Amino acid sequence: MSINEVQDEIISDFSLLDGDMEMTVFYIMELGQKLPDMPDNEKTEDNIVKGCQSKVWLTADLENDKLFFKADSNTAITKGLVSLLARIFNGQTPDAILNGDLYFMNKIGMERFIGTQRSNGFAAMIKQMKLYALAFKTKMEVKS
Amino acid sequence: MIMATSTTTIPAIDVEKIRQQFPILHQQVNNRDLVYFDNAATSQKPLVVINALIDYYKGYNANIHRGIHTLAEKATKAYEETRHTAKDFINARSVEEIIFVRGVTEGINLVAATYGRAFIKEGDEIIISQLEHHSNIVPWQIVCEEKKATLKTIRVNDQGELDLDNFKSLLSSKTKIVSVNHASNSLGTINPVKEIIRMAHEVGAVVLIDGAQAGAHIEIDVQDLDADFYCLSSHKMYGPTGTGILYGKKILLEKMPPYQGGGEMIKDVTFEKTTYNDLPYKFEAGTPNIADVVAFKYAMDFIKELGKENIGAHEHDLLVYATEKVKAIPEVRLVGTAKNKVGVLSFTVDGVHPFDIGQMLDARGIAVRTGHHCTQPLMACFNIEGTVRASFAVYNTKKEIDQLVDGLTRVINFMKK
Repeated sequence: MSINEVQDEIISDFSLLDGDMEMTVFYIMELGQKLPDMPDNEKTEDNIVKGCQSKVWLTADLENDKLFFKADSNTAITKGLVSLLARIFNGQTPDAILNGDLYFMNKIGMERFIGTQRSNGFAAMIKQMKLYALAFKTKMEVKS
Repeated sequence: MIMATSTTTIPAIDVEKIRQQFPILHQQVNNRDLVYFDNAATSQKPLVVINALIDYYKGYNANIHRGIHTLAEKATKAYEETRHTAKDFINARSVEEIIFVRGVTEGINLVAATYGRAFIKEGDEIIISQLEHHSNIVPWQIVCEEKKATLKTIRVNDQGELDLDNFKSLLSSKTKIVSVNHASNSLGTINPVKEIIRMAHEVGAVVLIDGAQAGAHIEIDVQDLDADFYCLSSHKMYGPTGTGILYGKKILLEKMPPYQGGGEMIKDVTFEKTTYNDLPYKFEAGTPNIADVVAFKYAMDFIKELGKENIGAHEHDLLVYATEKVKAIPEVRLVGTAKNKVGVLSFTVDGVHPFDIGQMLDARGIAVRTGHHCTQPLMACFNIEGTVRASFAVYNTKKEIDQLVDGLTRVINFMKK
């Protein structure tokens, strides 16, 4: 699936929640609970995303020229939010991630439930994922 | 804090009638009735305060003290009336002892930057406590760093009460300033400030009391306490944001250098020399926050009319009710269980981050505070990152506490799945 196809799927999932805040928050936390565990030895100071109020750890691996992210957070809601990003970007090429336009946030009305401080944190996660993509792209270019 | 027993059972506080005076409370947040439990951060404003602001801007906005026209006269009179009300509110000796500041933070910074800079020398000691808000830590750190003085802290026990034996052991002839809060913003502990002041005076230290969490809840008599400095924030007392009081004993204020230079605080200015204005104007440089100061009077009158004893009794009642209910949830750990508390309930929930609780409660229209509450060193003492804090005001009800407990139970049950 392409980045946009996954985003459309997320938009459709969220539309079922009918804008109910409590259901939305529960749903986001459920998504976080489904995120595969990140090994404790990867939850290092270096892997913490800077700019988030909660602790968010993020790592990326390249397999067959595609990126796969692992993430965790000490708060359930943030873990749910980062899981959305992992779902969108996992299995995509560095180029696709770098050029990806994340329009799903506006469509699901994310600003209503994450507030200003979390918005900044969310932007920091996206930036970190794109930085990983750039780093791997550069590495691939050097190799070839 | 408990109201004197009387033979009548009629409650001294008519909460429904009080709530009618707070328009903001009558709204829905996330499709549910708003429950506002973030009063230790800032309280809501009654109509008398809101109307005072409107009346000022509609009727007599003018710069004060220097104008001779009618509006300036009217504004000056209203501004100075608040000073008189504040003097009576805390029982200061004279209006010269009441300085208008932006709030407690500025009050403490003013004392640290003037009294601290002028009178602290190398080797001197300043004592604060582990219960302090960052605003009663950082200004003293700045002074200590500049003057090569030492900052010491009074320990808290497991209940969140100050250890006075420890305080006694810290006091010496080197102690020059003691600065503690009257009540803790994170835990609600009411500190024995009269005793602390007495002990500090025995070694010749001056004492500043941060009254941010006391102003709307505890009777304040600066003469009875014998406080040297006492600070209040209007916005935590049903008044506007951006103003507050620094009380200082006249004898101390007189020997302190000015804080900021500018208009209002001067008597005469030449390029060679400036002579400073008399108290309290020496510390009020520039055009002050006139509108908010004017409206602050109405907030103090609002508190006075209800009676602090009655407000305290109502909030104590809410605290006891909430403590019992929340304590009954097995996953909840109360943080701060002092015998004497204002209406602040701080707790953690096993396995759930405070941020998640805060967001879940907000989804049900309940406003609480989560995090370290600007008391990171205190959180470190309890070995936690932060807490969930529900703090009560005179307009809160037991029904709202039931909503909080209900919300909390739902989050915990969800997380256990």
